[in-house]
This record gives sequence, structure tokens and C-alpha cells, in this order.
Amino acid sequence: MNTNSFTRKLMGALALGTSLFVAACELPPQESEQNGYRGTGMDQIRSPERQAKLAAANEIPEAQPEAPKDGPPVSQIYQNVKVLGHLSEGEFLRIMTAITEWVMPEQGCGGCHSDNLADDSMYTKVVARRMLQMTQDINAKWANHVAPAGVTCYTCHRGQQVPQYVWFQDPGPMTPAYMGNRNGQNAPAESVAFATLPYDPFSSLLKNPEKIRVQSTVTLPNQLASAGKPIQDAEMTYALMTHMSKGLGVNCTYCHNSRAFGSWEQSPPQRTTAWYGLRMVADLNHTYLDPLKPVYPDNRLGPTGDAAKANCATCHQGVNKPLYGVSMLKDYLTELSAKK
Amino acid sequence: MSMLSFEKKYRVRGGTLFGGDLFDFWVGPFYVGVFGITTIFFTLLGTAMIFYGASLGPTWNPWQINIAPPDLSYGLALAPLKEGGIWQVVTICAIGAFGSWALREVEICRKLGIGYHVPIAFSVAIFAYVTLVVIRPVLLGAWGHAFPYGIFSHLDWVSNVGYQYLHFHYNPAHMIAVTFFFTTTLALAMHGALVLSSTNPPKGEKVKTPEHEDTYFRDLIGYSVGTLGIHRLGLFLALSAGFWSAVCIVISGPFWTQSWPEWWTWWLDLPIWR
Repeated sequence: MNTNSFTRKLMGALALGTSLFVAACELPPQESEQNGYRGTGMDQIRSPERQAKLAAANEIPEAQPEAPKDGPPVSQIYQNVKVLGHLSEGEFLRIMTAITEWVMPEQGCGGCHSDNLADDSMYTKVVARRMLQMTQDINAKWANHVAPAGVTCYTCHRGQQVPQYVWFQDPGPMTPAYMGNRNGQNAPAESVAFATLPYDPFSSLLKNPEKIRVQSTVTLPNQLASAGKPIQDAEMTYALMTHMSKGLGVNCTYCHNSRAFGSWEQSPPQRTTAWYGLRMVADLNHTYLDPLKPVYPDNRLGPTGDAAKANCATCHQGVNKPLYGVSMLKDYLTELSAKK
Repeated sequence: MSMLSFEKKYRVRGGTLFGGDLFDFWVGPFYVGVFGITTIFFTLLGTAMIFYGASLGPTWNPWQINIAPPDLSYGLALAPLKEGGIWQVVTICAIGAFGSWALREVEICRKLGIGYHVPIAFSVAIFAYVTLVVIRPVLLGAWGHAFPYGIFSHLDWVSNVGYQYLHFHYNPAHMIAVTFFFTTTLALAMHGALVLSSTNPPKGEKVKTPEHEDTYFRDLIGYSVGTLGIHRLGLFLALSAGFWSAVCIVISGPFWTQSWPEWWTWWLDLPIWR
């Protein structure tokens, strides 16, 4: 090998190394936002390019034009209107048009309705009715988490029949028995930002959010029966918190001062909103989403045969306030807010 | 103060970097020099500012005194004294004092006619500090990204800044830095054990020579770095630890805004197994 070709190879390797390094980087300047007292390091640092992409992905569709509110309730005009019967015919058709745009823009009315519009034979229609009830319920019951913006079908669906971010129970990769119990780890999963954390923290912790709290309140183990949770529980909590961070596009310090994760006195106020959110998701999965399992065809079920369920990312989709807190509900208050 | 018998030999005039003979004298065992004066100036001013800041704060508990940098909203501007300006003055004083001390070390090296190993080593520590309070804040556009001066408060900052990236142990430079720190302590422990055991032989045996030490390690691991080499290695390990610490924090934020675990997706995406 002569010197020239060696030099060329060296330069090539250097160029490759440099470009790999730059490719694995986000170059300054970045945006930052302070969430705590100065000097505590409770800041969000964000890349403007990623923020621009997020902003583009979170533009909201225009509201349907106002509809006449007069006339008899639609339940007297159409048959089998179980949830939206209190609307006027105009309002009813308006929300149907909106739902089509939000959820089934390609399939149109036929995505849920057979030729007889009152017929319940398509599973999508049964699911849609249940989802309308869920939406009304969220806006009525979970104001602690969703007010003032509220939610609509679009908050999760974004023009897709199945929202992009739903979760199923994850049986994980096949592990030989001699490997022992890996506690869901060492199988990099997007759900936990590819860290070696349990890839399915949802099945246990979103069923029972009380189990999230693992920090001991006493100095020594065995001082209290509640003290001394196993490290596997802490890993599960860390996994869920990682999901929350990614789902909301924020870091841990958005809700916690990490010097005392469990202390409410030292936490920013948004942790309260998140606390309600966890209870809300648990309630929605339990009351609405999981029970829909018998309604779905097999191809809509997860690998273990469960129904699609919600987590933080389902609505938030990488933004701390879904759709940047812009309220789409304000244009559909009669239809999607508290039941009349 | 009395002078050691051989000390006079080293108290030579000259070798200063600045100011010629000005302050080129000793006070007791301590060389003064222009940079000794500037060190004392910055140290006293900085310490006074810390006490002033503490007097404005809620506590005199030394663990809890906190001199915090300005809010991010001040960007790279000067802040009012009570809203982070004190931190800015203290930072200038700290850099002034550390830099002066390093230059004073350079002057002493020149007087002694030795290499600049000590000031270079100290400069790496200063570089790590400057990275934290100047380079990274400037790259991020606000002094408020620097750490606060306080025993507990700076630890809280470290913890929170780690959690800005969800799991800091996935920071590749942090991994390298931690490895160097541990290797430094391992090398120091092995070196110390070797010196102590060869200089403290059993009763009736003679103190062992470096040849004995070399033989011991050649038997044990097939190689001995040698008496001079172990100190070069120690210096390299220690400076690398400090250097990679600086790298691991300067890339967190300015060059990576996501969680550190996600940075490793390039590894998962390698075409060999993806």
C-alpha cells in the first residue's frame, strides 16, 4: 500500500467518522424554557427543527360551518340515535361530517354505516358510538386533566381510523426459560425510548396508577410495611415515566424536581395535571376501551388478543398540551361536551 | 518562617510571564508573583460576593447557601445583582482566580526549570469548569443554564440536568468519563498498593527496588508500565476523566436535545442486524 492510498483511506475514515458524528447530533442553537427557580436545571431544551416538524403535524383542521340549532331533536327524525339524539338535525349532520373528516376521511360515511344508516351491523359504528360517549365523558368528568381545551375525536385520531399511538399488551420477544425473568428489559422498545426498561409498563401501571409510587418515605427498609418496594417496581415506574416524557415531548423536570421526585411541595404544578391524566387513562381503558374487545374483528386486536388502549401519547403525540392546547371542542360544545 | 535547607536553591529570580520583577518574591514559603496578587484579588472579591449573596438568602446553613445564576430570560446579558448578577460576578472571579493560579504555576515551573505538567493538568480542571459555566451556557444562549454555587443546590442541578435527558447513563461521553474516573482510582489503588508493599517488606527483608515491582507486574499481567510510566498513565487517565466529563455535559443540550437512550438508535439501526 503506498502512502497516497493510505492517506486517502485515512481521510475517508475521518470524513466518515465526522459525518457519522454530525449525523448523530443536533447542532445549536436550541430553544429553551425555564420551568423552575433559576439555577435548578428544571428546563426544557428543544431543537427548533424538531419543534417545526411537531408544529406541522399538530395543525388543526378548520371547523365545520355553523349549523341551524332549531327544529325538533334529531332522535325524532332518525332512528337508532342513542347518543346525539338531543341535537338539531343540522347539528347532527355537522358533527357526522366532522367525525368523517377526523376519523374516516378516506372511507367516508361507509366506514361506519351500511346502506341502512340506522343499522348497527358494522363494528366501526358500534365503536364510534362508544367513542362519542367516551369523548363526552372525558369533557364532563375529567376537566382536571383536559380543561380548558377539552378533547374531540381528532385529539387522538388525526384523520386515521385507528389512532397512531395506541398500545396492546406486549408479550415481548420469545425468551428461553433458562434466561430467567428479564422483567421486560434488554429488548429495546420505542415505548420506553429504547432504554433497558420494561417495554410494557402500561399493562400494570395504567391499570393501577397507585402502583406508580415506589419511593420510600422512610430512611430504612422495614420501618413501614409500604417501604422497600423491589427494584423491578422502580424500573416499571421509570419505564412509564419515560413513556410520559416522550409522549409529552418534555423531560422529567417538567413535572418533577428530581431532588425529591415524590414531593408535591417541590413539584411544578403540571404534575397535578399529569396525576389526573394517569387516573383518566386508567378509567378510560377500564370503562371504554378494554370492554370493546368483543366488538372488534381479530385484525384489530393485539398479539395477546386485547383491544387497543390509550396511554399518554395517544392524545399528546409528542406535545405537552395536545394540539398545543388549541381547543377544537369550543366549536362542538353541544355535540361533544357533557351529556344533556 | 524557616526555610528548608535545599529550598534556597529553588528560590531564583525571573521566569515571570508578566510584570518583570514586580511581586517576584516570597512571603514565608509562598511565592507571590503578579498572578499570586490577582489570585488573592479574585478570591477575596468572589468570596465576599458569595457572603453577600448568602446574606440576602434565607439561610446561613453552609449546606444550603445558594448563589443561583440568572433566569433564562436574561439570555447572555448581565443580570441585576440580586437576580443572578452575584453569580455572574462570582463566576468572573472564579475564572480569574483559577486562571491566575494556573499562570502562577507556570511561573513556578519556569523558575524550577521543569515541564508544565502541573499547570496543564490544572488547566484541564479549569476547562471542565469553564465548559459548565461559560461554553455550554453560551452555546445554549443563556447564563441560566450554568450550575448554581451551593453545596446542595449544585447537586440538585446535576440531578435535574441529568433527568433533562431522561437517563444520563446512556450519554456516550458520560460512559467514557465514568470509565476513566474508575480506571484512575483503580490505577491509583494498584500503584499505591505496589509502592506500599515494596517499601514495607516483611521483617528481615530489604526494601524492594523498581525491578522487583516490574517483575511482579510482568508475572501478574505480563506487562509493567514502569515507575515513570505509571505517573504518565495516571495523568492521562485523570485528565481524560475530566476532559470527557466536560464533553459529556457540553453535548447535552447544545448537541442533543432528546433522551440519551434514544441517541443509541444508530446502533440499533446498523444494517448488520436491523
